[in-house]
Amino acid sequence: MADQIYWEDVDVGTDVTPLEKNPTPQQLVRWAGASGDFYQIHYDKDFALGNQLPGIIVHGALKSAWIGQLLSDWVGEKGMIKTYGISYRGMDVPGDTLTCKGTVTKKYTEGDEHLVDCEIWLENSKGEKTTPGTATVALPSKG
Amino acid sequence: MAEDSIITDEMKAAIGVESEPSVYEIEKEPIRRWAEAIGDFNPLYRDEEYAKSKGYRSIIAPPGFLGNYAFPVKAGAGPRRGFSSPFTRMLNGGNEYDFFKPVQAGDTITAVSRLAELREREGRLGKMLFIINETVYKNQDGEIVAKARGTGISY
Repeated sequence: MADQIYWEDVDVGTDVTPLEKNPTPQQLVRWAGASGDFYQIHYDKDFALGNQLPGIIVHGALKSAWIGQLLSDWVGEKGMIKTYGISYRGMDVPGDTLTCKGTVTKKYTEGDEHLVDCEIWLENSKGEKTTPGTATVALPSKG
Repeated sequence: MAEDSIITDEMKAAIGVESEPSVYEIEKEPIRRWAEAIGDFNPLYRDEEYAKSKGYRSIIAPPGFLGNYAFPVKAGAGPRRGFSSPFTRMLNGGNEYDFFKPVQAGDTITAVSRLAELREREGRLGKMLFIINETVYKNQDGEIVAKARGTGISY
């Protein structure tokens, strides 16, 4: 795991350490089992095509879980995710390389908390931001 | 509102109505399975001794884990809804979470959901109904541990 990041280490424009994912159909099935979401558009190609989809697609909630991992990994054990939200604007498919990314948009304190707002997103291998969103995290302070 | 609105009086009446509380035990193995499914090998989600060394009572749940309980084992019917959509197909439009307290194995979580909003829109897939649900999760001490807002797209 990476070294603990501190509030003083980041500035507006600092990148969140990216997280790359290479989902396979098997991972979608594994996720279906772990999450309880057995909607067939995520593992049954014929069903997905019948639903006007390009084929089986990655679960939105799985992408959300990866964004959660992106943020948890970045803030470290002394940091805390306060809030995050994402929109599933574009579909993602297994076989593609998907990368979770983020960048700091605001740095401030509130009470005794040292906070950072981020733009976050997941992009596909073409660089299209299929899943944009925002997050607020608390980081430990050296002060 | 347009005469051909798909939002019926039955649907409007369902807005704001709270669900019956759902109660879930947070268990270690489902957390480990969930973390492994996403490819997250953080020891806080796997190794109880490690989590204890960091001040937790047991392993903790990764962010978003509580979203699982939108798919309860008991009913097998997916999210509860106080109305019927004119459509059968569904996509997930978005998720938002607010986190207040860590969720740890051994916690008992009570979730209450309500339909927050309905919107209709014409999209690439034809007429779509946006269904926005909000859920509040409390632990056994009555503390709010998380809130979630989810947008389902029915089409």
